[in-house]
Amino acid sequence: MKHKSTDRTKDDASHADSRGRRRFLATTTALAATLAGGLTDLWGDEGREPGAPMRPYGERSPFEKVARKSSRPGPLSGTGSTLTPLESLYGIITPSALHFERHHSGVPTIDPDKHELLIHGLVEKPLVFKMDEIKRFPSVSRIHFLECSGGSAGEYQGDPAPTPQQTAGLFSCSEWTGVPLSMLMREAGVKPSAKWVLAEGGDASRNARSIPMEKVMDDVLVAYGQNGEAVRPEQGYPIRLIVPGWEGNINVKWLQRLHVLDQPAMTRDESADYDDLLANGKSYRFSFVMEAKSIVTRPAGGQHLAGPGAYEITGLAWSGRARVAGVEVSTDGGKNWLKTELQQPVLKNAAVRFRLPWNWDGNEAVIGSRCTDESGYVQPTHEQIIAARGTHARFHYNGIKWWRLQKSGELTYA
Amino acid sequence: MPRRLFFWTLCFVAWASLHAQTNSGGFPFWIQRKRVDPAPKPAGFGRPASAEELKQRDITVLSDGAGLPDGKGTAAQGEAVYRDKCASCHGTNGEGNLPQGPQLVGGIGTLATDNPIRTVGSFWPYATSVWDYIHRAMPQNQPGSLSTDDTYAVTAFLLNRNKIVETSEVMNKESLPKVRMPNRDGFVPDARPDVGKNTRTFGENRNQKSQAR
Repeated sequence: MKHKSTDRTKDDASHADSRGRRRFLATTTALAATLAGGLTDLWGDEGREPGAPMRPYGERSPFEKVARKSSRPGPLSGTGSTLTPLESLYGIITPSALHFERHHSGVPTIDPDKHELLIHGLVEKPLVFKMDEIKRFPSVSRIHFLECSGGSAGEYQGDPAPTPQQTAGLFSCSEWTGVPLSMLMREAGVKPSAKWVLAEGGDASRNARSIPMEKVMDDVLVAYGQNGEAVRPEQGYPIRLIVPGWEGNINVKWLQRLHVLDQPAMTRDESADYDDLLANGKSYRFSFVMEAKSIVTRPAGGQHLAGPGAYEITGLAWSGRARVAGVEVSTDGGKNWLKTELQQPVLKNAAVRFRLPWNWDGNEAVIGSRCTDESGYVQPTHEQIIAARGTHARFHYNGIKWWRLQKSGELTYA
Repeated sequence: MPRRLFFWTLCFVAWASLHAQTNSGGFPFWIQRKRVDPAPKPAGFGRPASAEELKQRDITVLSDGAGLPDGKGTAAQGEAVYRDKCASCHGTNGEGNLPQGPQLVGGIGTLATDNPIRTVGSFWPYATSVWDYIHRAMPQNQPGSLSTDDTYAVTAFLLNRNKIVETSEVMNKESLPKVRMPNRDGFVPDARPDVGKNTRTFGENRNQKSQAR
């Protein structure tokens, strides 16, 4: 008993002593930490300060600076586009905050309680849906990529972009949740003469595109969920169309109206913009599908390898026509191709992550990837595309992208 | 026992004919067709759209002119509207001012040359699309602010500067769809895959396929 008490006194004394010292140390550490930007000393043996409190909506680490980058500033701050930093992403899902943007008239602020979706035209009964009604339908979630048809467009004119973000950053992939558009169409009752549906957004420019009825009834989604939460305002809050595998522009954001028609409306975007002009002066009309494409994101332009040794060559592949069947990588500019490992799951109309372990011998290398889809389509070379379409097209570019690795470890476009 | 046999035969025929009726589709009655779920019944969500809100919200304009509203305008009238609302981004005569606004006038006949110039005049196949786009999206700093007459007038102005209509020609819902744009026949259906279609099967499957053939 006595023994114990003595001990305790002794303990208490030393405790008090160490507590004082700890407090002093804590103060100095906190001060140092404040100066150094709130660092936590993981290995200090002089006591550890508890970390930051919890918060209702999380933020990434302050050390993470990865960001979208503006590609073509428009006349107004809300027009133009921003690019996804593909080289800094892992897996296949693009964080919603890094999803590429392409707006024609800024991002509207829409109150979901007031938002309505009108379906009219060649239907039995024109209907207006509120958001809570749209969410009452049976929902589906699917992982789909979106690519602006202007992705890598500069490559047509031989204007190679220096990084994956700058060449292919008009590409992102998310899990989308919503209701199949076919379900809403059945609700309104599509008439037999209906062949197209004009989808209109609620942005200031009322961006509008016509979609063939066959696709509408196949796999188009009216999405309100993106990566587990509500679709982001930049991505079409509160609802947007997801038209799997088809050019980004037709995936109308801020969806407010669906006009069922017997013909395409020939809006500016479909009749006079996203049409690839060929060398003979004619233009492709209704180029909807985004064809098989892939890009090595690491090691890639704008990066630096520390020296010879083991690296992983990785990147993303996708196809809007059929599931990705395989991706090959070449480190000698296309003389030899090596089969890569595909990360599961490999889903239709979704991004696919490919990987290849590689030992860099320190010599110059030219690194690129080639995607093949299950339709048998092989991602073409730049030269093949130019031979087929000339250099005046501005959309749907999917050529093989090469990165040149110098002996110094610097990587640039090839 | 022929009578008993006759009885059972009759029973069998009756049973079979019943199935033939309920199991139509060209299959022998003993093969059950795969049951197809009937189309889901409407859930009854959504409210009927009123004629008034349809009139207000439906701004669709088709290339045959369907959807164009009453109203009219000429290039002469459109010049002032263009100068006030459009010229700051598209230039005094539609020559363009990138990145503010693209060129709208000229370039006709250049599409097959080494330096194609895509404008309303040289590239757009339908005059109705010009009206629709101005009505939807222009001017970019205040879409929807032009009156119907002003929209017809600015459309007429752009067509006139492209030498497609006369200065005094009235553009309205009857005349606009009849305007024939120079590049009306300049489009072909998407011919892709135009490259990369050298059909192959990836990896091991290739050998299996070729053996099968």
